[in-house]
Amino acid sequence: MSSDIAQFKKDSPMSGTLRMDRMSHIWCPGCGIGSEVNAFAEAVKRSGIDPDKLAVVSGIGCTGRVAGYVDFDSIHTTHGRAIPVATGLKLARPETKVVVFSGEGDLTGIGGNHFIHAARRNMDIVVICNNNFTYGMTGGQVTPTTPHSAISSTTPFGNHEYPFNLPFLADAAGATYIARWTSMHSRNLIQSIEEALSRKGFSFIEIISPCTTLYLRRNRLGDGVDALQFYQENAVLKHGADTRDLAIDFQEKIIIGKFVEKDKPTYIEALDKQCVKVVGDDYELYGKTIPEREAEEKAEKERVAARRAAVLAEDEKAKAKAAKMVTKISAKIPVKAAAKKTAATVAKKAAPKTTAKAAVTKVKAKSTAKAVTSKVKAKTTVKTVAKKAVAKTPVKKTRK
Amino acid sequence: MKNMTVPADPKGVDSGPHFMDGDHALAEGALAAGCRFFAGYPITPSTETFERFAERAPEVGAMFIQMEDELSAIAANIGAVWGGQKVMTVTCGPGFSLMVENIGLAAMTETPMVICNVQRAGPSTGAPTLTAQQDMMQAKYGPHGDNAMIALSPDSPQECFDLAIEAFNLSEYYRVPVIILADETVGHMHEKVVIPPADQIKVVPRNLYNGPKEDFRPYKFNSQGGHPMTRAGDGYRFHITGLTHNEKGYPVVTAEQNKIVVTHLMEKINGNEEAIVRLDEDQVEGADVVVVSYGITSRIAVKAIQDARKEGIKVGSLRMITIWPFCEKRIRALAGKVKTFVVPELNYGQMVNEVERCAGGKSKVISVNHCGGAVHDPEVILEAIRRGNK
Repeated sequence: MSSDIAQFKKDSPMSGTLRMDRMSHIWCPGCGIGSEVNAFAEAVKRSGIDPDKLAVVSGIGCTGRVAGYVDFDSIHTTHGRAIPVATGLKLARPETKVVVFSGEGDLTGIGGNHFIHAARRNMDIVVICNNNFTYGMTGGQVTPTTPHSAISSTTPFGNHEYPFNLPFLADAAGATYIARWTSMHSRNLIQSIEEALSRKGFSFIEIISPCTTLYLRRNRLGDGVDALQFYQENAVLKHGADTRDLAIDFQEKIIIGKFVEKDKPTYIEALDKQCVKVVGDDYELYGKTIPEREAEEKAEKERVAARRAAVLAEDEKAKAKAAKMVTKISAKIPVKAAAKKTAATVAKKAAPKTTAKAAVTKVKAKSTAKAVTSKVKAKTTVKTVAKKAVAKTPVKKTRK
Repeated sequence: MKNMTVPADPKGVDSGPHFMDGDHALAEGALAAGCRFFAGYPITPSTETFERFAERAPEVGAMFIQMEDELSAIAANIGAVWGGQKVMTVTCGPGFSLMVENIGLAAMTETPMVICNVQRAGPSTGAPTLTAQQDMMQAKYGPHGDNAMIALSPDSPQECFDLAIEAFNLSEYYRVPVIILADETVGHMHEKVVIPPADQIKVVPRNLYNGPKEDFRPYKFNSQGGHPMTRAGDGYRFHITGLTHNEKGYPVVTAEQNKIVVTHLMEKINGNEEAIVRLDEDQVEGADVVVVSYGITSRIAVKAIQDARKEGIKVGSLRMITIWPFCEKRIRALAGKVKTFVVPELNYGQMVNEVERCAGGKSKVISVNHCGGAVHDPEVILEAIRRGNK
């Protein structure tokens, strides 16, 4: 039995990006962190970044545990200090891609000062913030982002504080990439994390996510599926939205999208520029001159691009295979057969009235058209049915 | 440890005689020891170290960053160590109080680093420009939980330079934060500092693991030092956490594992007292009175000791270069042989408690305390020596 589990873990598509020897994880059923980590792992794969050259730093809390499950160099730090540890790591080993994965309480409560300063410096790190409006690990207390009037264990009569609008905070502090998604928007999230990993500068991605055990339960908002349904119905995609307009009110619309993307020299780039002015062209950092470091960076970039191309090619192959299968399956669907039969009957019936040749051509054309239509129809029907089935089964009525 | 040393990288060594203060000497010592990363936050009276490093960083090829506070300064240093650099930061009491959070993390994750505390008079903001030795206990007991720390105390700018190198060597070998407990007087005192040629400076380089990936363990419990570590980007995909962990670095939060981890952390330092502790003794054998002192106070005590000897009192001097681990074995060996230990220090009586504990009632212990802000009047120490000789 245990060897079966070991084999299963080894065979998992996440093996190589997640530490399968540490599964199962500690997160509750319905929690959004799991799907975020999956999206992150997928984004890393697609980005083409060498997993050996990627480091993940987390703080404390439920999301703080992410560092312990990802199969990269990873540091689980003290509460709120993930960003400064990541800063040190990045500056000490600039060729490493550094990602901070932590919760909103950790990043913007106890670690708020570090958050704004890293953004101000345009530190070349990606900050992924799981925002579930609650301190989960300690039992569901109010956080800097808990919406006004929401109930938590320390605001039992409703939150009277005003929450942070995190994209606005990041924007004001100088972040050069800002996006917000929900844990339901896996595809957008994968794409967004991939984008952030592939660029330079302080990138901030906020992910609105359900805490089923505490926030949802205390506020009588149902379970994880209810939360996803809520996100589906209330998330409004608005790329480039003014970050001032992104506040989140209790159970109101959530604006998602990519809000900011701009170029600005990173901390090290700015430092290099100053130091060259003082020391001259032979200025070195850790024994490497700027052209040397740039050459290394370029070479790594090419390797990443090659890996990425390979991943995408693999992806295309899989897609083509899937499309082939769809065609194969559609070919066997009875609707098409019926359409052919009808076409044949029509042809037979029409034969005596007109010249056989003309009729056959006509019907042939017709039937081909029909067959195509039915094929498309069959395809769409299958899709719609599947969609409906997916949509129908898990959705439950929201408990009020 | 000695067979692990290599000559210093000449790039960081500004060889020759200098006239500099203790703070600057600390920065030079760090650079000579191979420190190439410094994250800090300004605070009197330690800022000069910080400034010296900022100035020297571009020519040495080191990274310097002024962080937003001491919390982040020490955290950035931890990150930098796991990025492969040797790191140092400098602060004093109020800043040290903020740093203890992550000094605890560094101790738990066995992250080598050097932290200088150029002590000033407290409590709280206290007297920022005035000297003291009031953070002796904080250096060891500052972080919550059981920690075994190494702390060194220089008495001159030259020793600031020398001990900075020693501190790096100890921290690299035992993989522990090492604290340099200087004081404002030593920090701001200008004296001759001779920086030797690079090939005469012995440094312990970062011991990076290079074996097979599946055998990599960031920790080895019950090891007595010298266990290799790694850095981000080398492909070992390490995980470290402040949680109680196993040798792989994965969290194992049980009483049994806590016992293993805590015992290891304590014993790798306390169990190596003889290898770590350095004392500067003068006429201790056969003495009736032994003055136990450290840092700037030991230089004040010299005058009192000389005067006492003129009076015919058999007085020895035991200067603690290493503060933690405490020189327990030496004091226990002397207990009963000497009449009295006289312990002058610029605090209300901190290390004197350790001396008293180890003297175990076999010798008298006289505390010559001082509330800080200035150094002792040698006459007060002389008076204590006289009393001790009775």
